[in-house]
Amino acid sequence: MTRLLVLIGLLLSLSMPALAVNPDEMLADPALEARARDISAGLRCLVCQNQSIDDSDADLARDLRVLVRERLVAGDSNAEVEQYLVDRYGEYVLLRPRFNAHTWLLWAAAPVLFLIGLMALIVARRARRAPPPSSLTDEEAAALAALEDERNSRSHVD
Amino acid sequence: MAPGASAAMTIELGHFSLILAFAMATVSAMGGLLLWRRGERLAQVLAQASILQFVLVALAFLAVVQAFMTSDFSLKLAAENSHSLKPMIFKISGVWGNHEGSMLLWILILVLFGALVAAFGRRLPADLKNLVLGTQSLLTAAFTGFTVLTSNPFLRLANPPLEGGDLNPVLQDIGLAIHPPLLYAGYVGFSICFSFAIAALVSGRVDQAWARWVRPWAMLSWMFLTLGIAMGSYWAYYELGWGGWWFWDPVENASFMPWLAGTALLHSALVMEKRNALKIWTIFLSIITFSLSLLGTFLVRSGILTSVHTFASDPTRGIVILSILAVLIGGAFLLFAMRSPALRQGGLFAPISREGALILNNLFLATAVGAVLVGTLYPLLLDALAGTSISVGAPFFNLTFGVLMAPLLLVLPFGPLLAWKRADLVAVGQRLIGTAALTIFLTILISALGGVSFSLVPLGLLLGFWVVFGSVAELVERARIGRIPLRESIRRLVGLPRSIWSTAMGHLGLGLTVLGIVSVSAWESELVTTLNPGQTADVAGYTIAFDSFETEQGPNYVADTGRFTVTGPGQGTRQLEAERRTYVATGAPTTEAAISTYGLSQLYLQLGEPLDDTHVVRIWHKPYILLIWIGALVMAAAGALSLTDRRLRVGAPARARRTAAEPAE
Repeated sequence: MTRLLVLIGLLLSLSMPALAVNPDEMLADPALEARARDISAGLRCLVCQNQSIDDSDADLARDLRVLVRERLVAGDSNAEVEQYLVDRYGEYVLLRPRFNAHTWLLWAAAPVLFLIGLMALIVARRARRAPPPSSLTDEEAAALAALEDERNSRSHVD
Repeated sequence: MAPGASAAMTIELGHFSLILAFAMATVSAMGGLLLWRRGERLAQVLAQASILQFVLVALAFLAVVQAFMTSDFSLKLAAENSHSLKPMIFKISGVWGNHEGSMLLWILILVLFGALVAAFGRRLPADLKNLVLGTQSLLTAAFTGFTVLTSNPFLRLANPPLEGGDLNPVLQDIGLAIHPPLLYAGYVGFSICFSFAIAALVSGRVDQAWARWVRPWAMLSWMFLTLGIAMGSYWAYYELGWGGWWFWDPVENASFMPWLAGTALLHSALVMEKRNALKIWTIFLSIITFSLSLLGTFLVRSGILTSVHTFASDPTRGIVILSILAVLIGGAFLLFAMRSPALRQGGLFAPISREGALILNNLFLATAVGAVLVGTLYPLLLDALAGTSISVGAPFFNLTFGVLMAPLLLVLPFGPLLAWKRADLVAVGQRLIGTAALTIFLTILISALGGVSFSLVPLGLLLGFWVVFGSVAELVERARIGRIPLRESIRRLVGLPRSIWSTAMGHLGLGLTVLGIVSVSAWESELVTTLNPGQTADVAGYTIAFDSFETEQGPNYVADTGRFTVTGPGQGTRQLEAERRTYVATGAPTTEAAISTYGLSQLYLQLGEPLDDTHVVRIWHKPYILLIWIGALVMAAAGALSLTDRRLRVGAPARARRTAAEPAE
């Protein structure tokens, strides 16, 4: 269903079937144009579904692409262009959210989940390794261990 | 009886069947979950009831299909979503191209899986079978009830229109016919794992046999989900017109999360089956995977993901579906929290062992699921709680997901070579030296030849080749290729257990997909230009001549057609046609890209809109892009192969035991 839905979404959001950057918008300087494409791929087309302005042909996306290039020609750095757009449209325009008070949890989620998993593994291992309070003598314990080993290796063959 | 009257009867019979299926599922659910200790006699009744539920839902489904096929527009659903002029295959696929019909398909697959357990699970202990079929019936009852009460596909029109409303040509695509059933078979198949998990928790009994019963179902579902996702990706690639194949769209993420969790489940169930360890975790994953499948199917259409993707924008439906999800998922986790501490843990093992490697696999995959889930839901939660809008798009996911996958791919080839319980890492490392040398050599060679546009390319190549060669390494080693006569090696290869073959193939497929992704990201060429007929353009060694531009009349559209002649490097010439169509009835415009395959690479050509007197043309060369989907096909084939393994055959634990005389791996 996914694609059908994406497709419907696109059909609704697009007024024209043309796509993305047009030759008349492109800059003559290839280095500058490459930077413009790079920046565009990280900026959200605000009226589309999860598309960058580089992929979208909505009028607004076109305006933003032209704006990005204007700023670059004016001598802005990539970061300055981004900031310029954030000042006008808010953080919503960035497809890769900045690290700040609202998004630290988002950025921290994966490493924190990983560490929690790792710690859980270590704790589980410790818990299992700790010898249970036992009234067995050393010889009895050894005999039991031998039996368990035998059972384990048998179940292994299973 | 007039023909119209009999057709009307069929629809009402279908309606009746669905309601009867709901009633049967409700009774079966209560019987199975409350009286599960009653043993074999109850199991027989439940098995018959499960098969009957399937028959009833199938009748209901066929009734709707028939109404679509015969263009019976007294059925409201057909009147709204079909058209008498559609080709037959798209009349049929139109059944599930809408909310009500896709619910019916979802339920059909659900009861099909239930019936399969009933039919093939003869050897299951009666208590377990009662609980599994009871849980499966509970799911059926919940979703049949939802469908009948809020999304009934059998509503009728007193004054049927002469013609149906929908002839949207874009949706008349073979992709729509196949993609949803595959995806649903994957999603819903995991319901069996869920039901087994509930059964284990309620009965408190869970052992290696449990894992052996669950794993084929997980494998089957995973296989369908792999195919469904790959097929959807390829469809978007050729249909949407700019050659993107993955967008990290919430809807895509929704299908990707169960896939990741299901992959983890396959691996952890392996540990449980062989070593009786990781029981609690495997049960947890079974619940999580199906919960994510439910989220994947329903969160999308609850209207919560603010999205024009949503079928059902009716808020009551959204609330009902969310309540069902909350009760089912919440109930399952409550049960898990209450009962799982009582489960006994099994086999001990050292950190460096096959078990250890599989746990590491699970750690990375589970974190990846969490990362994708957080990334997908975070903007919604932040908006709801703090009123701040942010976007979480492809750049975020590529980074987070990539960082998690790189170490997983790096350790992957070690896994299958490690011994169970306690392994010698140094020895395994020595066995992989040849693989490592080959990988590094090829990475350096290709990076040097291809030129490196960004610094992560060599790392990506390294990981891709490492996984590809690493997965073949085990086969080479076991067949002793090069060390004994070739004929003897081939005999050994053929004689290897299928589980070894399927492991190698599954990993090989993953490696191929990685290589395809890296190649396209690193060496894709793009040209956006304006051309007039008679002019040519050069991209990546291909010369594209714009031959002619004409406006033509199609059956139900007007097409601006550009004809091109492509001269490939040493491959002769090919004629390509790219179109921009405007459909007369709806005025809906589409682009039909011209795609030409050269080996594993593709040339992708799209005709843009006219600009001042010329035509915008976009040309991409996508090197080795087909590897992405070929890899997925190889992964799915590995799943199919694994299902034919005697030791894993569905519901055949007794036969499996007889083959245990084979040397242990």
